[in-house]
Amino acid sequence: MNSYHGRPSKWILDFFRWYCHRDYQEDIEGDLMERFERNVEKKGIRAAKWRFIKDVLLLFRPGIIRSMEGNHQLTNYGMLKNYLKIGWRNLIKDKGYSSINVGGLAIGMAVAMLIGLWVHDELTFNRYHENYDLVAKVMQHTTANNEVFSGTHQPFPLSDGLRNSFEEDFKYVVSSTEIQEHIIANGERRFNESGAYMEVDAPEMLSLKMIKGLRSGLELNSILISESLAERLFSNEDPLNKIINMDNRVELKITGVYQDIPKNSTFHEMAFIASWDQYLSTNTWLEPYLYKWEYDMSPIYVQLQPHADIHKVSDRIKDIINNSLIGEDRNEQSIALHPMGKWHLYQEFENGVNIGGSVRFVRLFGTIGIFVLLLACINFMNLSTARAKGRTREVGIRKAIGSLRAQLMYQFFSESILVVILSFLFSIGLISLSLPWFNEVADKAITFPWNNPFFWILCAGFILSTGILAGSYPALYLSSFQVIKALKGAFTTGRLAIISRQTLVVLQFTVSVVLIIGTIIVYRQIQHTKDRPVGYDRDRLVSVTMKTNDIHDHFEAIRNQLLASGTIVEMSESSCPLNTYCVGLSDFDWQGKDPAFSAAFSIFWISPEYGRTIGWQLLDGRDFSRDIASDQRGMVINASAVKYMGLENPVGQIIRHDEKDWKVLGVVNDFIVGSPYEPVKPAIYMFAPWVSYIVSFRLSPTVSTQDALENIETIFKEYAPGIPFEYQFADQQYAQKFNDEIRIGKLSSTFAILAIFISCLGLFGLASFTTEKRTKEIGIRKVLGASVFILWRLLSLEFFILVIISCVLAVPFVLYFLENWLANYEYRTDIPWWIFAISSLGGLLITLLTVSYQSVKVALLNPVNSLRNE
Amino acid sequence: MGKHHFGEFEEIVMLTVAVLYDEAYGIAIIEEMESRLGRKVSIGALQTVLRRLEKKGYLSSRFGEATKVREGKRKRFFSVTSYGKKVLAEAKDQRLFLWKAMPEFVINN
Repeated sequence: MNSYHGRPSKWILDFFRWYCHRDYQEDIEGDLMERFERNVEKKGIRAAKWRFIKDVLLLFRPGIIRSMEGNHQLTNYGMLKNYLKIGWRNLIKDKGYSSINVGGLAIGMAVAMLIGLWVHDELTFNRYHENYDLVAKVMQHTTANNEVFSGTHQPFPLSDGLRNSFEEDFKYVVSSTEIQEHIIANGERRFNESGAYMEVDAPEMLSLKMIKGLRSGLELNSILISESLAERLFSNEDPLNKIINMDNRVELKITGVYQDIPKNSTFHEMAFIASWDQYLSTNTWLEPYLYKWEYDMSPIYVQLQPHADIHKVSDRIKDIINNSLIGEDRNEQSIALHPMGKWHLYQEFENGVNIGGSVRFVRLFGTIGIFVLLLACINFMNLSTARAKGRTREVGIRKAIGSLRAQLMYQFFSESILVVILSFLFSIGLISLSLPWFNEVADKAITFPWNNPFFWILCAGFILSTGILAGSYPALYLSSFQVIKALKGAFTTGRLAIISRQTLVVLQFTVSVVLIIGTIIVYRQIQHTKDRPVGYDRDRLVSVTMKTNDIHDHFEAIRNQLLASGTIVEMSESSCPLNTYCVGLSDFDWQGKDPAFSAAFSIFWISPEYGRTIGWQLLDGRDFSRDIASDQRGMVINASAVKYMGLENPVGQIIRHDEKDWKVLGVVNDFIVGSPYEPVKPAIYMFAPWVSYIVSFRLSPTVSTQDALENIETIFKEYAPGIPFEYQFADQQYAQKFNDEIRIGKLSSTFAILAIFISCLGLFGLASFTTEKRTKEIGIRKVLGASVFILWRLLSLEFFILVIISCVLAVPFVLYFLENWLANYEYRTDIPWWIFAISSLGGLLITLLTVSYQSVKVALLNPVNSLRNE
Repeated sequence: MGKHHFGEFEEIVMLTVAVLYDEAYGIAIIEEMESRLGRKVSIGALQTVLRRLEKKGYLSSRFGEATKVREGKRKRFFSVTSYGKKVLAEAKDQRLFLWKAMPEFVINN
């Protein structure tokens, strides 16, 4: 035999064994060893070792290296494949459970994702504007009578004041009108379009994306229009440098076309921007106000210098109005900047402090989304746990063969992730189907972010965390079973498992009951406010917004003509629409007024027929009359104003305003003008012969609405040719005030229904599972003489008790959340006890129906059948 | 030309396997080639070719008995299949055919 046996280095042998194809390993290794042994004899151990290394390295080539696929080797890949296969078979085996599981999770995920998209859209509001971080709106907080009123309208000289005195803080200061409708016409193509007059820096400030022309094109006699308006006006022609007509009054040259501003921007509706100088030159009556600090006229936007701190700047400009007012007009007025990032979600002010706003809906729906997802996950865990029994033997066998606990956990996690991925695919389908509906209800233009990598990363995280969360119970619990017990099948549900399952059911139903009650309260609040007496007659009341004086100039003639033809009962003019407070003044004085009391009133300039047109109710005194000349110095005030002024005998009282004396002619009821959720503001109605903004008609009840409108249109066209005739019904205008709340109601009821549906799916699955497990017990009980009712009670009682506990738990949550929500409304409903009763009863009923289907089915089974098979 | 053809090295390996008849395993083949042809071949080069030929069906293999040498690893003996023999014969015929077709003086010079 050989005298001396060396061994080749272990590492190189290991390397060889690692890469070599399993089928070839033995004989090639043999060859290698044989040659090594011979080399040792011939050339010595050192040379042999080197030779060995060289041979092994030379063997490292494609024909010899093992392939990476196939299950020839013990990699995780093979095991994973097995897990997926078993998981899939488990899904297919029990189609009922699986569809409940996958469907429930898919709905939950779809709801959560929809809400997520919505929340994202809300949070990125106004982000379209590049200077988002630097743009702000000037707010004015006026302290009067220990109360602070906040408004966005500023006196005209403020813009120059900010521009000149705070040059180092502001990059741009832009005076603007509110976005209002104007008639834009290119020959016969006429449209009512929303737009604003703004100062020259506006396009830069809003970072408009110019398609044609330049941002600097905003000058006198020129206009910038949006892409879609350009298309409507000029089809495919090049709109640049074309002349259009605005309000039948001025000719403007188009010097720029900008990309439409997306829906989630405050300026979304702005189809054109005309220059501020244009505004002043077209509305010459504004001239006296240009230098008056007392009158709040229009909004002002600013863009800060990049280094400026908004709070410091706010602080610096605080007193600029106060310091410019002299003597008696001096009021406690401070101004502050409201950053663009807060316009949409934090738009409400109370006592001069920003108290939030729509952000509470973001929070509300965010919470709902999380809860719905949580419910779906709970279902998944519940069902998986319930079905765990069926898989105890599998776990036992796997463990007996040598599965480690970690591997079993891995198995269950991968299985639950498989189901989650499946649900995710379904939920994407659901979202694509429901997105159009959702956009309509939520008044959004959300698109599915197919090509947003961040979204997919988020989804992947979502899938992973949901999968792990949902699969954690079976993965951690099942894998802890003892082999022998598991194999014997002597597995009894632990007390802990039952309790945790019950907890989950309770949690689920608590959320559902909270959602049911929440939805009921939202609708109740809407209904409550809708039932609030409006104070005037909305029936057959129509208004037309007039941008020109054509109707006003022929008011008498038109009125007489329409009255004569029996088309209308009455018609009138006013400075403000019926549903908006649009002018506020504080320059009023009367006998007995506390000098410290600075009164502010909403002002309506009206023609004498106004009251008779809308049908207000006189409480005292008389209405205006065109025949009494002195009525031109008369006022009609509402009941709130009487209370506000503290007048004992309002009628005949002289009120000083605008350096003239005005006599109170009458008092009218408080009818709703602004938000129906708020108290009516003190309002003063003054006879103004110059008004022309809104023309209102009360249609005659004897003529059909359509005929009446046609008649009015004919006459309008006669006197005001070239103006689109667009009318609004008062009842529809009023109904629009509820849009937001109805939207919330619709969304929350949809989510509530889905949440309940998901809970019921879970309950159904759980009930069918537990009853199935007790089939034999039921059989024996039946043999011994139990009736169907007793069996039903036996099987349903557990769930019944759980749901009652949920209802009780839901009460404090509901009280807390809804009291908070309702506190936002001045005019609000209460939360009566019967709502809890009805919701709980509803919850119980749904539970019983869900559970009974199973329990009755099992109770009716023939015991022979259920006991026969083992 | 027949449809089968292999490289020069493949052919030599097959011929060597045929020469060794019952004793054709890795090291033996290498040594045979070394002694008869003076050609040094690495285990890697040889094994790749052997496996390739086996896959093509020209060679077949079987394990031998385990012995004390080679650390108890078994040898894998290769033998030429009848299909392999056919192909070898074909290759030989083709060559002979070409040799025969060659003009006399080319070889003599």
